[in-house]
Amino acid sequence: MNGVHDMGGMHGFGPIDIEADEPVFHNEWEGRVYGIVTGIREEHDVYGPYGSRHYIENISPAQYLAASYYERWMLALEAALISKGLLTADELDAKTRHFAAAPSAEPSRRDNPALAARVRQRIYAPQPIEEQASSLPRFAISDAVVVRNIHPVGHTRLPRYVRGKRGIVERLYGAQGFQDEPTIADRSPQHVYSVAFDAVELWGANAEPNQRLYIDMWESWMEAAE
Amino acid sequence: MSRNHSGERHPEPQPYAALRTKAIDSLLVEKGLISTDAIDARVQAYEQDIGPLNGAKVVARAWTDAEFKARLLADGTSVVGEMGFFGAQGAEIVALENTPEVHNVVVCTLCSCYPWPVLGLPPRWYKSDAFRARIVIEPRAVLREFGLTLGDSIEVRVWDSNSDIRYMVLPERPKGTDGLSEEELVPLVTRDSMIGVAKAESPTRAV
Repeated sequence: MNGVHDMGGMHGFGPIDIEADEPVFHNEWEGRVYGIVTGIREEHDVYGPYGSRHYIENISPAQYLAASYYERWMLALEAALISKGLLTADELDAKTRHFAAAPSAEPSRRDNPALAARVRQRIYAPQPIEEQASSLPRFAISDAVVVRNIHPVGHTRLPRYVRGKRGIVERLYGAQGFQDEPTIADRSPQHVYSVAFDAVELWGANAEPNQRLYIDMWESWMEAAE
Repeated sequence: MSRNHSGERHPEPQPYAALRTKAIDSLLVEKGLISTDAIDARVQAYEQDIGPLNGAKVVARAWTDAEFKARLLADGTSVVGEMGFFGAQGAEIVALENTPEVHNVVVCTLCSCYPWPVLGLPPRWYKSDAFRARIVIEPRAVLREFGLTLGDSIEVRVWDSNSDIRYMVLPERPKGTDGLSEEELVPLVTRDSMIGVAKAESPTRAV
């Protein structure tokens, strides 16, 4: 979707806010959100069949821009839980009021040592991409290609700033499930390429000198350049 | 934070996100949808263990072992795996070599993709709207904000990690480090140098 999350090339965000020696999580709640979002999938398929990015990208634009990074994760988690019927907005609001009224109250706790031990192992385990495309690659290194000018209304990994642009195939990667398909089950593997774009092609005559952008391209986004 | 350094409660009101997260956490536990210790394990692993020291070890070895470096650039995933670094956001890792002629820098404009097994979780600026928006259209200006000025003769390559490939930069080995061992080189390899917004540190004093 042409959402506000697709921000490559936008102006107006100001300087980069660089923080020296920053902690991994700035507040305890950020760590909790991180842990729950990455961990709940071990026990329940909360984000299926669309995947978690569907919920992040469907946060309203004004709310997305106003939210911090982990607030976006939190809002997406909430939306997924509610849409799956695992929580209701009312019980979430009531519980939030409960913690506001009792600041020293801690969340309920339930441990599952066997699961925690499995998680500790899985965190360090290989998680390879094991997908094979059913056809041979259509493009080869040094081929000139044009990116299709498409505007999917659902999730897409194709940034707006590169649509319709000409580039050169630089690398062939293995196959990956095509993430633009609306449901995870439909994401059949395609060849993925690294395609280089000259900055002038993307940004015009005012581009900075001597710059190229490398973007990973699923094969169905690409056409041979005339 | 709900506690100060001596473990006492702070009296000030907690932000909405903190309260809301407590509510979600509590309800999911009460419904049997998550286990507290399994969530704790994830937080602790990335808070205390999996971080840029992993990537620094990979880089220092590449600086001291030409055969290792060649394999790293050809098949990053396998070589990083040989060093024991696996896990989420590391299914396919590609290392990009900086040279006197080419400077690579990594971004994820659509969200915040980042090679967790070698760099840990990303810093806040990497996830910021400003970095995601600007590094693709004015990388030299952004790099100057990080204190890195690159001459026009150096080609800047910006890698937008939009697929499941995760990129790390192999920075140039600093001058004046010929006599240093792999272990002595590790501290010179900063997180920022492996994202590509800085060069590796120079050795400032004799060890």
